Amino acid sequence: MYAFTYQRPTSLDDAMAMLGDGDAKLLAGGHTLLPTMKQRLAAPSALIDLGALRDQLSGVTEEAGGVTIGAMTRHGEVAEDPIVKRVIPALAAMASVVGDPAVRSRGTMGGSVANNDPAADYPAACLALGATIRTTKRQIAAADYFTGLFETALEAGEIITAIHFPKPEKAGYEKFRNPASRYAMVGVFVAKTAEGVRVTVTGAGANGVFRAQDFEQALAANFSADAIKAVKMSPDGLNSDIHADAVYRAHLIGVMARRALDKANI
Amino acid sequence: MSATGIGASVRRKEDFRFITGKGHYTDDINRPGQAYAYFVRSPHAHAKINRIDKAEAERAPGVVAIFTGEDIAADKIGGLICGWMIHSKDGSPMKAGPHPALAQGKVRYVGDHVAVVIAETYAQAREAGEQVNVDYDVLPAVVDTGSARSVGGEPVHEVAPDNTVFEWHLGNKPETEAAFARAAHVTKLDIVNNRLIPNAMEPRAAVGDYDDGADSFTLYTTSQNPHVARLVLSAFNGIAPENKLRVIAPDVGGGFGSKIFIYAEETVCVWAAKKVNRPVKWNSDRTEAFLSDAHGRDHVTHAELATDANGMMIGLRVHTTANLGAYLSTFSSSVPTYLYAPLLSGQYNIPAIYCEVDAVYTNTAPVDAYRGAGRPEATFVIERIVEVAARELGFDPAEFRRRNFVTSYPHQTPVIMCYDAGNYGASMDKALELIDYKGFPARKAEAQRRGRLRGIGFSAYIEACGIAPSAAVGSLGAGVGLWESAEVRVNPVGTVEVLTGSHSHGQGHETTFAQLVSERLGIPIDNVTIVHGDTDKVQMGMGTYGSRSGAVGMSAIVKALDKVEAKAKKVAGYVLEASPDDIEFKDGKFTVKGTDKEIDFASVALQAYVAHKFNGQDLEPGLKEGAFYDPTNFTFPAGVHICECEIDPDTGVTRIENWVAVDDFGIVINPMIVEGQVHGGIAQGVGQALLEGTVYNEDGQLLTASYMDYCMPRAYDFPSLKVETTETRCPSNPLGIKGCGEAGAIAAPPAVINAITDALGHENIAMPATPLKVWRAVQEVQPRMAAE
Repeated sequence: MYAFTYQRPTSLDDAMAMLGDGDAKLLAGGHTLLPTMKQRLAAPSALIDLGALRDQLSGVTEEAGGVTIGAMTRHGEVAEDPIVKRVIPALAAMASVVGDPAVRSRGTMGGSVANNDPAADYPAACLALGATIRTTKRQIAAADYFTGLFETALEAGEIITAIHFPKPEKAGYEKFRNPASRYAMVGVFVAKTAEGVRVTVTGAGANGVFRAQDFEQALAANFSADAIKAVKMSPDGLNSDIHADAVYRAHLIGVMARRALDKANI
Repeated sequence: MSATGIGASVRRKEDFRFITGKGHYTDDINRPGQAYAYFVRSPHAHAKINRIDKAEAERAPGVVAIFTGEDIAADKIGGLICGWMIHSKDGSPMKAGPHPALAQGKVRYVGDHVAVVIAETYAQAREAGEQVNVDYDVLPAVVDTGSARSVGGEPVHEVAPDNTVFEWHLGNKPETEAAFARAAHVTKLDIVNNRLIPNAMEPRAAVGDYDDGADSFTLYTTSQNPHVARLVLSAFNGIAPENKLRVIAPDVGGGFGSKIFIYAEETVCVWAAKKVNRPVKWNSDRTEAFLSDAHGRDHVTHAELATDANGMMIGLRVHTTANLGAYLSTFSSSVPTYLYAPLLSGQYNIPAIYCEVDAVYTNTAPVDAYRGAGRPEATFVIERIVEVAARELGFDPAEFRRRNFVTSYPHQTPVIMCYDAGNYGASMDKALELIDYKGFPARKAEAQRRGRLRGIGFSAYIEACGIAPSAAVGSLGAGVGLWESAEVRVNPVGTVEVLTGSHSHGQGHETTFAQLVSERLGIPIDNVTIVHGDTDKVQMGMGTYGSRSGAVGMSAIVKALDKVEAKAKKVAGYVLEASPDDIEFKDGKFTVKGTDKEIDFASVALQAYVAHKFNGQDLEPGLKEGAFYDPTNFTFPAGVHICECEIDPDTGVTRIENWVAVDDFGIVINPMIVEGQVHGGIAQGVGQALLEGTVYNEDGQLLTASYMDYCMPRAYDFPSLKVETTETRCPSNPLGIKGCGEAGAIAAPPAVINAITDALGHENIAMPATPLKVWRAVQEVQPRMAAE
């Protein structure tokens, strides 16, 4: 780990001001950032610990039929939250399989979405459910938010405060874990929403989370696993690595999508 | 059997300190004035070093000194050695390239040691290390095991122009050729035994300390055999004479072989401690461990098994290319030779065997012994090809094995080993019963209805432990003997310290060794303390590896206890006014035969030290005896493991549904500890078979250098294991022990792969059988299955 300065703001305004300095990074759960710093892959000049803002930035409320989740809410809290479980059970179920128990008890939703790891689970949920990312400056539709590998629409000094998820008619998530890292090698979130059917894929795309539109079209009339049995996912634009080549990933997207649909239709 | 004696599942005495965080590991040791070492490592697999510019780094904050290979050479510090000489078929000695502790002129793998920076803090050492500028000429890397001999280009070592370390063989070629000429059937199989990275929970570490008043050194290090480390550091590296060098291996958190070897880092730390006249500490981080701990396995093999018209095995021939990495690590040359080919007969009566092994250098981390060391590789060859032969010949795999089992002892194989005792059929019977073999077809059919492919796989393994008589291993090229030492010190109040040359790094010696002493002397187990891992306390020893500490280390304790008992009987004779020949010792009491005159062990101990009852000219005071025990043979643990798995053809995921292990370890001292050893061994073996794949790219960069890409087994990967034993006493040591430490890792891989290939009806699955590989195999067989 390289040297850095440590700051612990007590207000969002202070935090935003501190973010203006050099290569400062926000510290929420730290379950991605700290290991990366230990490996010397990240060298922020300052860490701005949001710990003092946790009460302000966490918690779940029911809003406009959907749920709004504070950015500092931990994965384990989302997984166990009675409102999330009632309104969007697929989202609670997804949060319950993020990382491992240690990650879920420290890692936060906002941290995950801000980082936009191409193998993270939340981006798939946000994109499929048509979530709105609320920040200190504005509201951003998920469709406009995830812009590439570890890239988002967030601007310098902008902090995620909450995410609003509309309630889908049906939804389900299934992932195939990388055997070593346990990140999603392929994760598929399916949702039948007011905007239409959404099938989003994480872990597989060379550019991060994306929509599988061939599946969406096939599911529009019949939201069931059978409807996509014959639809072949193209391996173009998918990742190849020592654990899975693009052809295998393309195949797994189909399998995970069908299993997610089975869950959604229970 | 007493509650704490031989055969009792005594709770591990050492666990209280381990699980409460009170263990004392090398990284817990901090010496006054200590500085920290950081090793500058090669980012290239193969490169010439043109120049090392350390000027900028030397000006960095906190830097005490920076040393390179030039400094090592100037001090005439010897290179790291390989302690087992192998001769090629043509009689020429193996081609050992130079292995300096810090590179001299060339680097040969990613992670090779280029320089050491010593600074006030570890962070400062590391910061400065990044400012050491090394000018390299990058050379093409030799990476692939199979093609290392023919790849051309600059060889890894000048002494081996075609990257060949040796071309060795064992067995009888003409007899084997003749067997194949008359064979009714020949089964052929190509096998890759995948390279593994050991991953002990505690990374390697060292603290070198120099006392300039006494001109003596102390090295604290994560070693499985501190005495051998001292011997090598003294006699070969020339750090200091043995009487001026103390090596301490305190609590060590797992080794699996990787901490047998003498590495560059501890050599440099102890040498540099005098150079800077301060203690020098190094602690590996996990990335360094991946890059520079000696790896395991890495064989490419072609095997052929000849059978006659009755399904009897008549010949086996094997050709193996073994990758030894960039340098010959301490015992590397013995692993693919004498720890490998002599096990190729397995549990079977095979009259003719011939094995050739070509060892190669590559620009990868050195490869050496890893849990099982050669024996897993041999077991994988024989148990895979036997399974395939059974399938080709239409035999039930259990029946095919049984009809070829060795059934009478001693049994001399064509490849050195003389099996002394066993009952392979008994283990097979018990395993078949425990797995409910008869019920398997119904379970397979039920799985099929759920869309799963269920398979069953056998592994009837044998291993050789101990390891062997010193003279025998000497004749095979070993640079050391393989005996063990013990000293039993009885204190005046009857408590006992046992000093052993064995080293415990997870095995539970503090418990099992104490069980032996407690039972033998009839004293409470808490009155027995086991002392190990310090060359100033234990005079000499050979350490722990090869499942040898029970069979050899405890046998040395038995010998010392024999002497203690004989001496104590003399003392008791004086006290009880009887001839020592009339004294009986039982349950901690010395009794005069046929009388009620008795004295307990503690009182005899006190009498031995106060020496009031006898004349010092007739009997020496005190009660302390030492012994060296040299084994008379290898020991031959053997058993049958059966793996039942299910494959999800949609994803290629393999789940192990059922596992039975029936092992014959001879006499078992502590069944709970033995079961734990079997569990751990199976976990590592399943890791090799399903999960752990080491990948270097063509430039020699290690792609699996962290847990993000190197997949270790987790509890999630296993069903509850059914572990049982059968027992034939080992005739080669006084306790009848065979050893259990490596069995699981040896047995498991072929059981898993045999189960997967059974499920798929497809023989070509390479380890690790990841979901990707299994799914690809499913794609090949699915049209065939659909047609059926």
